Amino acid sequence: MQFKKPDAKFKAVDILLLFLTALPFLAAIALKVLFMPAGDGMEITGAFIFFTIKLPVMDLPISEAQVNSWAVVVSVLFLCLYLTHGIRARVTTKRQILAEWAVEKLDNLVKENMGDFFMGFAPFVCAILMLSALSSLSSLLGLFAPTSDLNIAAGWALLVFFLITYYKLKGGPLYYIKGFFEPLPVMLPMNILGEVATPVAMTLRHYGNILSGSVISILLAGALQALTKMVLGKLPGFFGEFPFFQIGIPAVLSVYFDLFSGCLQAFIFVMLTMLFVSTSFPADEYWKRMNKKAKKQKLS
Amino acid sequence: MELAIGIMLCGCALGAGIAIGIGALGPGLGEGSAVAKACEAIGRQPESKSDVTSTLILGCALAETTGLYALIIALLLILLAPGRFVDLLVNAVK
Repeated sequence: MQFKKPDAKFKAVDILLLFLTALPFLAAIALKVLFMPAGDGMEITGAFIFFTIKLPVMDLPISEAQVNSWAVVVSVLFLCLYLTHGIRARVTTKRQILAEWAVEKLDNLVKENMGDFFMGFAPFVCAILMLSALSSLSSLLGLFAPTSDLNIAAGWALLVFFLITYYKLKGGPLYYIKGFFEPLPVMLPMNILGEVATPVAMTLRHYGNILSGSVISILLAGALQALTKMVLGKLPGFFGEFPFFQIGIPAVLSVYFDLFSGCLQAFIFVMLTMLFVSTSFPADEYWKRMNKKAKKQKLS
Repeated sequence: MELAIGIMLCGCALGAGIAIGIGALGPGLGEGSAVAKACEAIGRQPESKSDVTSTLILGCALAETTGLYALIIALLLILLAPGRFVDLLVNAVK
C-alpha cells in the first residue's frame, strides 16, 4: 500500500471544508456580539429573540437558540464532508480511519440495542447524537446552548414520538387501538397519559439537565463575585476590584456541567430513542401480517 | 398592598425551596441505591463492568426525571410566577 501525496487542490479543499466547519460558530458569536444588548452575564434569561416573523395565526419568533441550532446543523454537515473527503475503498487518510471507526461503533450500538430490523436507524441516531452533543458543547464558546431552550429539545422528542407511533402502527391499526385497552379497559386514560408522558419526559430530562448546569454555573459565579467583594473589597485600588475568587473555580464545574453532562445527556437521549422505538415495535404481529399479505398475493 | 405582595413573594420563594428540596430527595435515594447495587454486581462479576455501567447510567437518567420536574417547577416559581401573580393581584385590586 502506498500513500500518495495529496496535491495542492486536495489540500485547498480540505482547508476550505475545515474553515466552513468553524464558520457557523464564528457567525453565531458575531451575531451575539453585534445584536445582543450587553449584559454582565449574571442574569438567568431565556434565549434572546432576534426578530419575529408575522404570520396570520401565530407570530414566529426567531430566537438565539434556533439560530445556534442552525449553526450546529451546518457545522455538522461540513464536518461530515471533511471526514469523507477523498474517501477510497482502500484506506489512504487518517480521517477515513476515524470516520470508519465512528460508523462502525454506531452500527454496533444500534445493532445491540435495536436488532437487525432497525439497522436503517443508524444515520438518524448519529444525527441526533451529533446535534445534541455539539449543541450542548457550543456553550463552551460562550453561545446560548440550543439544548437549554425547551423548544429545541421538544422538537426532537416530538420527532421520536412520531417514530414510536409509526412503529406501533406497523402491527395494524386495530392492534394499536387494542393496546390502549390493556390490561383492562378501565386503564384507557392512564394508557393515553403514558403515551403522552414519553415525549414530555424526554424533553424535560434533556432540557432540565442542561439548564440546571447553566443556572448553577451562573449562581456560582454570582456567589464568587459577592465573596470577592466581601473579602477583598476593603483593599485599596487594584486588589479591591480584581476578581480573585472567580479565576479557575467556575472552570471545574464547567468541566462537569458542560463537557460531561452535555455528552452524557446526548448519549442518554439517543439510548432512550432507540429503546422506545425498538420496544414499541410489535414484531410478532408485524410478521404475522406480512405473512398474511404474502399469502393473499400468492392466491390472487 | 405591599404586605400582600411581600407575602406572595415569600410564598413563591418558600414554594420553590420546598419543591426542589423534596423533589431532590427521591432521585437522590433512588440513584444511590442503584449505584450501590451496581457496585455489588461489578464486585461479583468484574467482567460485566461495561454492561452494568451503561445500564446504570441509563437507569440513573430515568430516575433523575422526577428531580428535574421539581427543578423546573422551582425555576418557574422563582423566575416567572412572582411577576404573573403580582400582575394578577394589581389587576384584582383595581
